[in-house]
Amino acid sequence: MEKIPRQKMPVQNPQERVKNFSSVALGYSEEQAILEAKRCIQCKNPTCVKGCPVEINIPGFIKEIANKNFTAAAKILKDKNNLPAVCGRVCPQETQCEIKCVLSKKSDPVAIGRLERFIADWERKNSPMSLPAKDSVEGDVPNLKSEILNLRSKVAILGSGPAGLTCAADLAKLGYEVTIFESLHTPGGVLMYGIPEFRLPKDIVHHEIDYIKSLGVKIKTNMLVGKIKTVKELFDEGYKAIFIGTGAGLPQFLGIPGENLNKIYSANEFLTRVNLMKAYKFPEYDTPVNIGKRVAVFGAGNVAMDSARVSLRLGAEEVFIVYRRSEKEMPARLEEIENAKEEGVKFHLLTAPIKFIGDENNNVIKVECLKMELGEPDASGRRRPVPIKGSEFTIDVDTVVIAIGQTPNPLLPKTISDLKIGKHGNIIVDEVTGATNIPGIYAGGDIATGAATVIDAMGAGKRAARAIDEYVKSKK
Amino acid sequence: MFKIIEKSTPSIKVNKFVIEAPEIAKKVLPGQFVILRLDEKGERIPITVADKDIEKGTITLFIQEVGKTTTKMGTLKNGDSILDIVGPLGVPSHIENFGTVLCIAGGVGVAVIYPIAKALKEKGNKIISILGARSKDFMILENEIKKISDEFYITTDDGSYVQKGFVSDVLKKLIAQSPGKPVADIVYAIGPVPMMRVISDITKQHNLKTIVSLNPIMVDGTGMCGACRVSVGGVTKFACVEGPDFDGHLVNWAELVNRLCVFKTKEKESLDHHCKLDK
Repeated sequence: MEKIPRQKMPVQNPQERVKNFSSVALGYSEEQAILEAKRCIQCKNPTCVKGCPVEINIPGFIKEIANKNFTAAAKILKDKNNLPAVCGRVCPQETQCEIKCVLSKKSDPVAIGRLERFIADWERKNSPMSLPAKDSVEGDVPNLKSEILNLRSKVAILGSGPAGLTCAADLAKLGYEVTIFESLHTPGGVLMYGIPEFRLPKDIVHHEIDYIKSLGVKIKTNMLVGKIKTVKELFDEGYKAIFIGTGAGLPQFLGIPGENLNKIYSANEFLTRVNLMKAYKFPEYDTPVNIGKRVAVFGAGNVAMDSARVSLRLGAEEVFIVYRRSEKEMPARLEEIENAKEEGVKFHLLTAPIKFIGDENNNVIKVECLKMELGEPDASGRRRPVPIKGSEFTIDVDTVVIAIGQTPNPLLPKTISDLKIGKHGNIIVDEVTGATNIPGIYAGGDIATGAATVIDAMGAGKRAARAIDEYVKSKK
Repeated sequence: MFKIIEKSTPSIKVNKFVIEAPEIAKKVLPGQFVILRLDEKGERIPITVADKDIEKGTITLFIQEVGKTTTKMGTLKNGDSILDIVGPLGVPSHIENFGTVLCIAGGVGVAVIYPIAKALKEKGNKIISILGARSKDFMILENEIKKISDEFYITTDDGSYVQKGFVSDVLKKLIAQSPGKPVADIVYAIGPVPMMRVISDITKQHNLKTIVSLNPIMVDGTGMCGACRVSVGGVTKFACVEGPDFDGHLVNWAELVNRLCVFKTKEKESLDHHCKLDK
């Protein structure tokens, strides 16, 4: 039998897609999905599952696709993953499940992420009725392993990003009465404000959040816990446990002169304006964003790639990624780097900024940089960039985005007395359970680990849900 | 949804809204603000809370018509609703018994200083107030502030009411009248940036500690975006979570002024777009 090659993902052509915010990747057709699913050799002891932080039965759902049982595939997927359409789009499968696929030893691994995306999309379009009944925890909710013991026990989730949503959904499936408190006007956290429409359409996020609501989870928006309520008040209101999933929403800056000049944004500000507030539709939407002709983005992670690609779509003529190490060390997913290159993003590698220069109106016009070379590996295991003396040069820019990472947002942790905080502002938790040093308070996702991936945050939410269930039961 | 219980227009281009927001009313303290979003396509705008009524479950906001959102708000009526309000945000003003507090406010800044002055009065401070407005028709909360003040001054830029001049003129006069003795133990100055800057410059020369309330551009209000960064004493601060109150003598005013202008053209475009739609 002829070997089936890994199915390519159809994508919008780069020249076209830089002019719009629609999805770049278009998704598999049914035929492609079935062909790809048939590549899975159904290992008895599947190693791919070990690479999945949310423990999806990967061969199980793929087998159902191969047999064209899409509804059954969706059920298996959703048994473990509450946000499959999100994960199918933004997970770094190449370093998680797919890297562990047996096929990858001899050829290409099964496109697990693309199949996940296919099934989630298929279900959304074809099988809306598979959603459980709304606002019901006692009734006929699928997957509900409710024990009378747990029914009506209240749990509060702070933050509605991937960690909080996952923890909430899993607790709801176990029969808990779950309320999520979200400070923004829309739930979703980084899925809404951070990841652009062309990589993760917002109606898909809404749909997956609706699914979580249908499990009985309540979401209160515009509620900044720490200000409107303290954690102590939540306990007083009868919440038996609290999960903190408030993310890493504190932007880091370079700390060099001129950084507060106009048109220098943190990636968070830039992306929030565009993604959450839809500044790309200004003035139909009220929130503006200023984009110039020449944009420099500092950093080389996924957020930097997103910022660069957003800049092009907003009409910038030249967009640079400026990064102090070499291409090999860039933390972004390979696919995102390739997408950025195809779209025309340019790369100034081994380059570090020293200062920003502004005009008489305080607008940034230049950035002075130094060339770097790589020295010995540093604590991160990557080779340390070392400045080359006398290599100063300037780049003309009129917009700058700083995308060098986020640290945990301290607002909430600071309001909880005696909570153990690490030196980077992260909440210190037990890695397995997410338990903090305060009984009944759990945390996970970026607030505990510092900026990481959506799926890692979801894994933490899942583990914490399990631990919270045990904790609440032990208290009864 | 947050229902408007009472709307009035106490001065030209300034609207007063009493809004049903019981949870915020219970928690908000002087100096804190909320961020509101009018409707689905609206931007998030920060507004300081001027008053609250815990029993009725309401907060009071005074909103000056400047851009699209604030202009659109001027058309709202009793019973209309605002889609989103989040708060309270920011660090509450530091309230203690300092002795004598000089409260200087201009324009819509009077609404910001009102709850602070009231709280300071309740703590037993002697309150000297100086209020300024462009003209008589722009004056708000005059009687309310007068009631809690031990000394009370008003100036109008055009002389249409009480005394022609600026709040800084009154400040200079009070300082001159009190040689060798500080005119107050602390100064609160809240209003347009140029006003706060001038007041801070004067009080700095006389070593009078001065607190200002800053209003930089913000998006989320939780420290997430960094749009509101201001340089205070050479250090970058996020006004939304570390402010809005800062030591006026340490603020880099030039930078603040520049950063406030960054969306000027866009703001005009947005307002024009709105006006066209209205026609």
